[in-house]
Amino acid sequence: MTASENIRIMFRDTLGLLSLDVAFEAPMKGVTAIFGPSGSGKTTLLRCIAGLHRARWGRCEIGSDIWQTDNYFRPVYERRIGYVFQEASLFSHLSVKKNLLFGVKEKNEDRMRSFSEVVSLLGVANLLDRMPGKLSGGERQRVAIGRALLSDPGLLLMDEPLSALDTASKEDIMPYLERLQTSLDIPIFYVSHDMNEVDQIADHLVLIESGHVTACGSLSHLQCDPSLMLASRPHAAVSLNAEVVSYDPEFKIARFAINGGFLNAPSQRLEIGDRRRLKIYAADVSLSREAASASTIENHIPVRITAIREIEPAQVIVFMAVGHEGSGQRLLARITKKSWVTLGLDIAQLLYAQIKAVALFQRSD
Amino acid sequence: MNQVFSSELWRPIELSIALAFITTALLLFFGTPLAWWLARSNVWWKEAVATLVAMPLVLPPTVLGFYLLIALGPNGPGGSIAGLWGGRTLAFSFPGLVIGSLLYSMPFVVQPIRNAFEAIGDRPLEVAATLRATPWQSFWRVAAPSARSGFLTGAILGFAHTLGEFGVVLMIGGNIPDQTRVLSIAIFDYVETSQWALAHMLAAGMVVFAFIVIFTMMIIEKNVSGARE
Repeated sequence: MTASENIRIMFRDTLGLLSLDVAFEAPMKGVTAIFGPSGSGKTTLLRCIAGLHRARWGRCEIGSDIWQTDNYFRPVYERRIGYVFQEASLFSHLSVKKNLLFGVKEKNEDRMRSFSEVVSLLGVANLLDRMPGKLSGGERQRVAIGRALLSDPGLLLMDEPLSALDTASKEDIMPYLERLQTSLDIPIFYVSHDMNEVDQIADHLVLIESGHVTACGSLSHLQCDPSLMLASRPHAAVSLNAEVVSYDPEFKIARFAINGGFLNAPSQRLEIGDRRRLKIYAADVSLSREAASASTIENHIPVRITAIREIEPAQVIVFMAVGHEGSGQRLLARITKKSWVTLGLDIAQLLYAQIKAVALFQRSD
Repeated sequence: MNQVFSSELWRPIELSIALAFITTALLLFFGTPLAWWLARSNVWWKEAVATLVAMPLVLPPTVLGFYLLIALGPNGPGGSIAGLWGGRTLAFSFPGLVIGSLLYSMPFVVQPIRNAFEAIGDRPLEVAATLRATPWQSFWRVAAPSARSGFLTGAILGFAHTLGEFGVVLMIGGNIPDQTRVLSIAIFDYVETSQWALAHMLAAGMVVFAFIVIFTMMIIEKNVSGARE
């Protein structure tokens, strides 16, 4: 399979109140988030891809592998998938270890090596002999993820794996998810209704609303698309993957190269060349007409305004691109309408973006 | 005391146990797919089948026995089957008792297994399928072990109920020593003929047996569910 091949999805069906009618393509690598409100058909879409539900009309191609056409339907158990359900759904009659090994066909040396890898990746080594009933919610979901990984999937499908967990368990499991995505080279479909999760882990995004795909593309592209609602949400942000170009051990500041400029962010020790997912909230970005000389703000970089959109009576979202030419990384700033007017800002204008905070995540590509 | 070890006393016990074993084994074999179908099928006439299976719970044993007698007799299908080996009828024979027992004990075996299958729900089977288990493997690796207590309850209830049935056996089996004279019939017979000591022995044996069965079932049930927590 070559990387240029895509995942091609088309489903049409009516289930109760939901009329599902979706068609989109996604790359064969990275995390594709399927994002939409509850009841929009995200889970149904994922079930159709897995073959757990047979859509009346549909086509499902994973690269060169064809899973469904008008007159062909490959049964679930013949599809190379890993599926992580909303609730962990461990087999209650089997120990953690036997759950993990359920989908392992031949227990040869190779597979047992990946077993110990997955066990340490997900931190479940000390749980192996326990029964699922004795685990916490977060532990259970980690075992379920491990079980799916060990079945040697070619596509990992995750249906809101964090939604059934409390905040503490979510924070407990998120680092494992981030680690997972850096160490796996299979495509992942990740259903979520929490845009914060999506910002943190997705590369690609499919927006779905009442059974229809409203937009589809790379995450950072859709985050900064003025025609979409994503930029207007209260916690609007831009995610980007960046490489460390230098690290200052004295002040613990890492410098990242981004398209058209650089960003500094406080961080634990990082090596040059390390890749991290950065997230910049629109609310953490302010704009000034001159390059600040002395400021407590670490990052001020030249940007050009590309678009503007009013979001509330008093506020606007400013869409910008980094660099004097305005051709670099896209950014968002959330400012008051008053400052927009009093500063006399306009499209294509050159400004300086002051970035108060940059969030750092494990995730890179 | 010699009577205690006499074959007259032991034969009905042996016969009853043989009948209960054979019936339970056959019911587990044929009742499991039936229970699976009842638990998982979506056809509209499923409940009609379930009702037929449950009928012996409500019908007076004499009614069931009456129809069975006709069905097993020389003019019924049972007669034709008996003709295969030169017999005239399946009534008043051990095979006839097995057929009757299969019917009247069926709900006691099928119902608990069906309930256990239903309690599993779709999700574990979907999980198994996403882990590349074929439907057959899913059944053996997930459904059957998860329904373990249902099988246990069904087997014990089926066994005990077959051992204790009286009305149907009397109607289709009569009281032929070594063939159809099972435990419950023997007790009835001893009482009729005022052999109280023998009746006491068999009856007390049954009481102890029933206690042991139910007690064992509860202990096992508790251990099975305890191990999962």
